[in-house]
Amino acid sequence: MTVEPTGAPAPEHPAPPPSNPAGSPPDDVAALFARTRNGDRRALGRLLTYTEGGGPLADAVAASAWPLTGGAHVVGVTGAPGVGKSTLTDRLAQVAIDDGRRVAILAVDPSSPLTGGAILGDRVRMGSAAAAGGPFVRSMASRGQSGGLALAALGAVRLLDAAGHDQIFVETVGIGQVEVDIARTADTTIVAVSPGWGDAVQANKAGLLEMADIFVVNKADRAGAADARRDLEHMLDLGHHGDWRPPVVLAVATTGDGADELFKHVGEHRRHLRDHRSEGDRRARQVAEEMRRRLHRWVDVLVAQPSGRAAELFTEVAAGRLAPSLAARRLAGELGRADGAGAETGG
Amino acid sequence: MTGPAAGTAGPQAERHHDRHRRQPVRVVLAKLGLDGHDRGLKVVARMLRDAGLEVIYLGLRQTTESILLAVEQEDADVIGLSIHNGGHLTLAPRMVDAVRAAGLVVPVVVGGIVPDVDLERLAEAGVFAVLGPGASAAEVAETVRAAAAARRI
Repeated sequence: MTVEPTGAPAPEHPAPPPSNPAGSPPDDVAALFARTRNGDRRALGRLLTYTEGGGPLADAVAASAWPLTGGAHVVGVTGAPGVGKSTLTDRLAQVAIDDGRRVAILAVDPSSPLTGGAILGDRVRMGSAAAAGGPFVRSMASRGQSGGLALAALGAVRLLDAAGHDQIFVETVGIGQVEVDIARTADTTIVAVSPGWGDAVQANKAGLLEMADIFVVNKADRAGAADARRDLEHMLDLGHHGDWRPPVVLAVATTGDGADELFKHVGEHRRHLRDHRSEGDRRARQVAEEMRRRLHRWVDVLVAQPSGRAAELFTEVAAGRLAPSLAARRLAGELGRADGAGAETGG
Repeated sequence: MTGPAAGTAGPQAERHHDRHRRQPVRVVLAKLGLDGHDRGLKVVARMLRDAGLEVIYLGLRQTTESILLAVEQEDADVIGLSIHNGGHLTLAPRMVDAVRAAGLVVPVVVGGIVPDVDLERLAEAGVFAVLGPGASAAEVAETVRAAAAARRI
């Protein structure tokens, strides 16, 4: 499974692919990763699938990618459905490519909570993705995993980074906590709104203030764009934004108006992070946040399907021989903390 | 619809899904060229989503190159090609040939208006299956799943 047919199979009878005797997953990953580093799109596509699937294969990919990460500037693009995120991202990608960057886009769309299926339609709006020399675009469905998606998306971003992309856009629908989590893993977050989206109170309510490094009022050729900008500026006047005040850019993604200015602010924000040495801080926070999430997920699994020592403790608790607080503390202690004290609350 | 075309997947074929994942099937849906009838494709996209598949929707005015690019980047299992302009005998084989020339073994399923007399020729050209206007949602999903199971590499 590691090797693809080297030549085109005869049209009438496609040759079976070369057999792969006992190709263990890590070998497979190593081979695919080497090809990815050489710019092989197909290998990268497959590794992204592994990353999305989670489990040992995803861990193997992450282990290969990790030492090569850190070079990319990761930009989150979020906002309500229909505000024009995909079109904006496409425009930004074009500007970045013209600027000489190697660009990747990760477009996250929701899965149906009922069936698990998804329609991933972002590529429709991404004309640049259809042509050779365009960005590497990957669509990702949320697959209903609460904490898992953010981790899968993070893993995908790391992989795209390790593959040599220096400008990565992560597009999410900004309506839920998961999307906010993903946006927070970005170095720079663009929040897109459109005219008539609401007033300053809405903005505060929606928690956009904390998320945005750059605001863009898209569809600015429509009535109300100036109002939307003014409302955002008023909101920003109230403070809370430290030493970087998020700029508010007017744009018309369908024509490309404002894309250059938006990209200029993206670059300025990155310089700001560097100048204030906050880039390193941000990265450190991201890594800490990832550790927190992974541990959290691990604990969730452990509680859902207790095994080993955890199973013993659960049995003890169920039999009434041990208080839940004490059992949790013991388990936390064995997780690596000398005394699981931090986990101890009066429960 | 025709059954799975012979020769698309040999018995020794690596079964992609068996080997590597229990993840949703990913299918690229597209129309080639200037065929502007995309209502059917949108309905099919919805059918497949409701059946638990992940649809990478490319929609109108694609080229074989843009579809292949999407298949590679998205690691798609199946190509769903919608054809309503009578060009199926030209467009479908062209897509199949492009897939093969790229060294990929990703099945092509055709949906749309295809006269019965042309079904055999499409099967001979390597099209995995043809889904006509009467196909039920269950049939559509089943066919795409079968195609995904036949994907190699």
